[in-house]
Amino acid sequence: MGLKLNKISKDFGKFTAVHPLTLDVPTQEMYGFLGGNGAGKTTTFRMILGLIDSTSGTITWKGKSLNHQTSHLIGYLPEERGLYPNLKVKEQLTYLGRLRGMSKQNAENEINKWLNKFEIPQYLNKKVEELSKGNQQKIQFISSVLHDPELLILDEPFSGLDPLNIEMLKKAIYNLKTSGTTIIFSSHQMSHVEEMCENLCILQKGRAVVQGNLADIKRAYGKKNLVIHANANLNYLEKFPGVVTYKPLRNGCELQIENEDISKQIFSSLSSEQFIRKFELEEPTLNDIFIEKVGAHYE
Amino acid sequence: MNKFFIVLGHTYWTRLKSKAFMITTAILLLLVLAVANVDSIIKMFDSDLEGKEVLVINEAPTIYSELSTNLSSNPTIKLVEYEKGLAEGKAAVEKDEYAALLLLEEDIHALPQVKYYAKSIATDTTQNTLESNLKEIKDRLLIESAGVDEAVLLALNEPVHIEKHALDKTSKTDEELDIARAIVYVMIFVLYMAILIYGQMIATDIATEKSSRVMEVLISSASPVTHMFAKIIGIALLGMTQVALIIIAGIALIIPRLKGIDSAFLQEIGIGGVSPFLFLYGLLFFLLGYLLYATIAAMFGSLVSRVEDLQQLLMPMFILIIIAFFIAMFGLNLPEAKIITISSFIPFFSPMIMFLRIGMLEVPLWEVVISIAILVITIIILGVLGARIYRGGVLMYGPSRSLKDIKNAFSLSKKE
Repeated sequence: MGLKLNKISKDFGKFTAVHPLTLDVPTQEMYGFLGGNGAGKTTTFRMILGLIDSTSGTITWKGKSLNHQTSHLIGYLPEERGLYPNLKVKEQLTYLGRLRGMSKQNAENEINKWLNKFEIPQYLNKKVEELSKGNQQKIQFISSVLHDPELLILDEPFSGLDPLNIEMLKKAIYNLKTSGTTIIFSSHQMSHVEEMCENLCILQKGRAVVQGNLADIKRAYGKKNLVIHANANLNYLEKFPGVVTYKPLRNGCELQIENEDISKQIFSSLSSEQFIRKFELEEPTLNDIFIEKVGAHYE
Repeated sequence: MNKFFIVLGHTYWTRLKSKAFMITTAILLLLVLAVANVDSIIKMFDSDLEGKEVLVINEAPTIYSELSTNLSSNPTIKLVEYEKGLAEGKAAVEKDEYAALLLLEEDIHALPQVKYYAKSIATDTTQNTLESNLKEIKDRLLIESAGVDEAVLLALNEPVHIEKHALDKTSKTDEELDIARAIVYVMIFVLYMAILIYGQMIATDIATEKSSRVMEVLISSASPVTHMFAKIIGIALLGMTQVALIIIAGIALIIPRLKGIDSAFLQEIGIGGVSPFLFLYGLLFFLLGYLLYATIAAMFGSLVSRVEDLQQLLMPMFILIIIAFFIAMFGLNLPEAKIITISSFIPFFSPMIMFLRIGMLEVPLWEVVISIAILVITIIILGVLGARIYRGGVLMYGPSRSLKDIKNAFSLSKKE
């Protein structure tokens, strides 16, 4: 009984931004939302938040519909930074926290807690416009989790952060998940989704082209990656039956093959005199799946 | 409802604490201070009141003595008899020792014949004063020589007195009209300024929240309608604070200066003769007018994605309020004109014009009620419409300069 989207769709005039989409996100789950620009991710989030009404379908959280009365249950980090540039961090966060149903005192305590967690307590009385992009993003993140929401929606949470800060933010998100928060997040960075989510959904022009458990998706995809490092000429593999793509590397090649059996055939085709430094069969990355699934619909 | 007050409080306090607000208020207070002390400021800068010295080469003693008696009560001109010749006199004027030189002679009929020398003769009040005084003397000399009786002379100068009687018992007397005109004028002007300043402030506030994208966070917490009206009321309270500060300062500055003036005079210029209803109507129309235009401003503010684009979109609103202002100015002199009657029922004009009519004329109650009803209904319609456009508008980004955006915003917020 987590978040349920039941055949929701959204039309803007003649243009359909989201085709009927059904989603089930159990509580305490981290759910990944992938999609190119204009795929309908933000529109879907806005419908969940009640900023815009869906053309059809229903959205429920724990069986109840969401509206402005339930806004204290939800945290939202928009894709674009949304903060008052000339307000101090403390005033800003207190205001946003109170709008989500916190008391002033409670908000101030939480602000101090979070600023310390992100190691930036010195910015409490600084204006947001004086902060670096990365620190602004941290403030933005704090504004979305300050009121300890049950459901947290993160639209591109890692944009503009350096690797250290990304790790810090990931840790914070993990902790929230462990303590019971349900999290939905979108990203252009496949590796983040691959690393953090068990379930995901790839949107393409408002349609879910891939949906479900990450491991299942990879298994169903079938194709594998094969990396060979050898001194021999490997050009013949480009025409080898069962090879989908061939990419030459400086000291070998990288192949995408239709299934595991092909790799056995390739292995036996390699002459035994040749020295093979590396022969590795890999699971497909989410990136491969994304490029193929989205690319196939990319007309 | 709780969120309404959080947004309202936030709008009010952040604006109140802002430097811009404090500086504007300080400037306005200085202005009040200046107006309250206007007489001493004029004295400080204006040497005219000290009296200008005019040299007179006196070739006509009779006329001169009459002229100097006439001018003795006038502090701005002081005549100085000059014994030396014309050339030296001109030189003295050129050296700025004296304001002007007057060569006063008699013609053959013993009437004044005058030459006037000054550094500049462009805008010379001294010259005008002298001219009118000399004309008076000339008239008197001519009439005397014609042998006209002194009494006839006096009667000749007396203006015709018209006693005005309004047959309608409830019609306003002359003095009442003057006071009403003053009050109406002040109210119209204050409303005009308030809409310009605070309407702009609302629109800018909303456009800023939108362009900084904080709006998306805000309206996912509180409904756009709550947000919009909390903004409107918050800015209204801010405006009231500002106006109250200025009024308090004005009263504090002016009251001590009134002690010297006797109370009968106060009664005459004061508020004694005006019905308290006029003030109530003033307040009512002021609030309604503000609400009407503030709603429009909020709606437009929600449509732009950059503050820079705001002016263009607000233009139609400003034009409306300027038209209303000019109709009102025209109506102050001609309150019974047809255009005034008609426009007192048009919601965008009625806050000013209907109040003007109430102040200046006897307007039947039903007309007032209808006008207010139309106004209130318009505000409600605009409020509902504005809220919907606002709901969609705050999520729309991109260039927004046309009325087509209103349609887009409307469809974005459509419930299906």
